[in-house]
Amino acid sequence: MSLLDASRITKRFGGLVAVNNIDFSIPEKSIVSLIGPNGAGKTTFFNIIAGIYDPTAGEIHFGGRQVIARPRRPWLEPVVWVVPALLVALATIVLGLEGRSETSIIIGLFLTVLTLMVVLLIGVARPPAYQRFLIRLGIFKSARPNDMVINGLGRTFQNIRLFQNMTAIENVLVGMHTKLKSTWIDAILSTPRDRREEQVARVRARELLALVGLKGRDDQLAKNLPYGDQRRLEVARALASEPQLLLLDEPTAGMNPRETQQLTDLISRLRSDLGLTILLIEHDMRVVMGISDRVTVLDHGEKIAEGTPDEVRRNPKVIEAYLGTPPADAPPAFEPADETVAPASPTVEGAGS
Amino acid sequence: MTAPPQTSTSGPRQSGLRATLADLRNASDRHRSLTIVVAMVITTVLMYILPAIPPLSIVQGRGIWYDSFANAGVFVLLAMGLNVVIGMAGLLDLGYAAFFAIGAYAYAYSNSPFSGTDLPFIPMLFVGAAVAGIFGILLGAPTLRLRGDYLAIMTLGFGEIVPIVFLNIDKFTQGTNGIGGIYRPEPLPFLGAFSPNSPFNYFIVMVVIVTITMILLYRLQDSRIGRAWNAIREDELAAAANGINTVTTKLLAFSLGATTSGLAGVFNASKLTIVSPDQFLFTVSFTVLAMVILGGMGNIWGVAVGAFIVYNIQAVFLKSINGVLETIGVPDFTLPIVNLHVDLAKVPFVDYQFLLYGVALVLMMLLRPEGLFPNQRRRQELHIAEEFEGGEGVETAGGMGAAPGGGETGGTL
Repeated sequence: MSLLDASRITKRFGGLVAVNNIDFSIPEKSIVSLIGPNGAGKTTFFNIIAGIYDPTAGEIHFGGRQVIARPRRPWLEPVVWVVPALLVALATIVLGLEGRSETSIIIGLFLTVLTLMVVLLIGVARPPAYQRFLIRLGIFKSARPNDMVINGLGRTFQNIRLFQNMTAIENVLVGMHTKLKSTWIDAILSTPRDRREEQVARVRARELLALVGLKGRDDQLAKNLPYGDQRRLEVARALASEPQLLLLDEPTAGMNPRETQQLTDLISRLRSDLGLTILLIEHDMRVVMGISDRVTVLDHGEKIAEGTPDEVRRNPKVIEAYLGTPPADAPPAFEPADETVAPASPTVEGAGS
Repeated sequence: MTAPPQTSTSGPRQSGLRATLADLRNASDRHRSLTIVVAMVITTVLMYILPAIPPLSIVQGRGIWYDSFANAGVFVLLAMGLNVVIGMAGLLDLGYAAFFAIGAYAYAYSNSPFSGTDLPFIPMLFVGAAVAGIFGILLGAPTLRLRGDYLAIMTLGFGEIVPIVFLNIDKFTQGTNGIGGIYRPEPLPFLGAFSPNSPFNYFIVMVVIVTITMILLYRLQDSRIGRAWNAIREDELAAAANGINTVTTKLLAFSLGATTSGLAGVFNASKLTIVSPDQFLFTVSFTVLAMVILGGMGNIWGVAVGAFIVYNIQAVFLKSINGVLETIGVPDFTLPIVNLHVDLAKVPFVDYQFLLYGVALVLMMLLRPEGLFPNQRRRQELHIAEEFEGGEGVETAGGMGAAPGGGETGGTL
């Protein structure tokens, strides 16, 4: 069964079609890679899955539930906000007719404003129950990034976006935000629940840091960590929300071969030990071919190939996308060259597995 | 496994005093609330004794000093509240005086001949704070989707609208005259009523309010919510991608800031016994903002000390400087070339208050952009760039002035 199903996803930015009519699915507990030349629309597609962009068309089901699609009837939502307040106003008018005193009018007004405020607040906070209610009314708004985290998706960014001036452990604790339940009232009263939760969270954060290989670096500021460690910290932060699906956007970009190897091992371990499903954007073909179960190739926003690493490597369209159209007399089969590590040996198949 | 790594790095080689200081610091980190209480008790004792002995006793009488301290406490509260909004969550709020006004008017309605009610002071502190907090939510709900500069303009507008509304609905607020004759409360039974003859009462109640607020704010800062605010301030998109509902979290910061402001408003109304729209003009918002920046954005005690100092400079030092100069007898002199006659004792220093703020802020941004008592984190944020290359440091400082928090970075992706 697939964890994520995207069908006919299209995203236009003005006249530019960044992602065009892509069908895509990620089977549970698999590692799927998304590759393609620069500007192929990989990151845009990623951002659509993560809830940052609304797609222009198409829809995404996550865990069997539709979470992302083009917004439907969003103009109806303000109407929904006003209706309860109007009902309350009507009710108070009807009930207050006998008295007809000034106090009943004031009370009615107060209740109306109160209702409007409560509804507005719910509308701003968008709890899941409210979203389900909207869907039943036929209003649909795509999940926001934070909703997707609650749904079970964790992600890293192509250009590292850690909280630079927070320590490593604080970064991971921010990642745990959705798993912690203490409210601001717990915090200011310093309730036992709050303190216990905080302690447990810190222990768990240390475990996560150790898992990605950052043991003993808990109290260093994120920006003072070496580049490779920052990448790993981002993975730890994404893991902190206990996601089912982990999106990694070029996790090994800028790493040396040894760091790349370590991270590749880590990714494999995440799948085998934690049972995570992983979607990967990657340029380093050794990583892609080594650990992926399936590979999808995008070019100019279109899906040009999909299949096992071996199938994709032999696909002439892929070769063309990466290397350009071969001249008529060129040798028929050509390995797609490694983009980031220039003198890569042609024996890509031997790298990982 | 849970042993913190810093114990091994701090090592046994430290000298006795250093080690004691480090122990003290660790202990104060662990027992934050107790530390605040102890610090406030010490400060209170100092503030009780110092006005009786020479340097301060020359300037003004003991009672007047307590009165000034109590007034300074109002601004300390305001600054700590604004610090939640600006320093912790990184939202630039230029209309902060509006919530101060709402808290003050809430108290005026509950406790004056105008409304004919006389409700007790301490519950009204909470009610006034809550009313201000609700207005914070009302304003925040539609506006907090905006970023940086736009939010600042919205709040600026709100800050202008509120006093104008209070000015113009004179049927409910008596317009320019304001609501006067607010009853003097008796906050604590053993203390007796607030009255101009016993400024010490105001002072001690203010100290209690500030202490409690400070403890609560520190707890918030160290909690899950405080971390979320920090994350939003650093990178809003990354915060959202880690599951933080940025809208509600910012709303909470906004409304808690407003709550603190409302608290200050209630106290101020009970102390002045009159509220009128001209107490809540933009200058108040600006003064509080200047206090937060000078004190050190993001550092709660720094902001409190900053507010205390700035208020006392503005309300005590500048006012008494002429009198002091006259007593000492500074001779008047004529500047030779421009032939300008200068009599320092007659220069109206109070009128130059905002000029002095301006100069202080410009100097601050150039020399010490993180404030007098910076938050450790802020300082690193502002100085790391300079360590690498001079050009970037200037850029960072400029960004601070425009919209603290660098929320703009969130929009680039």
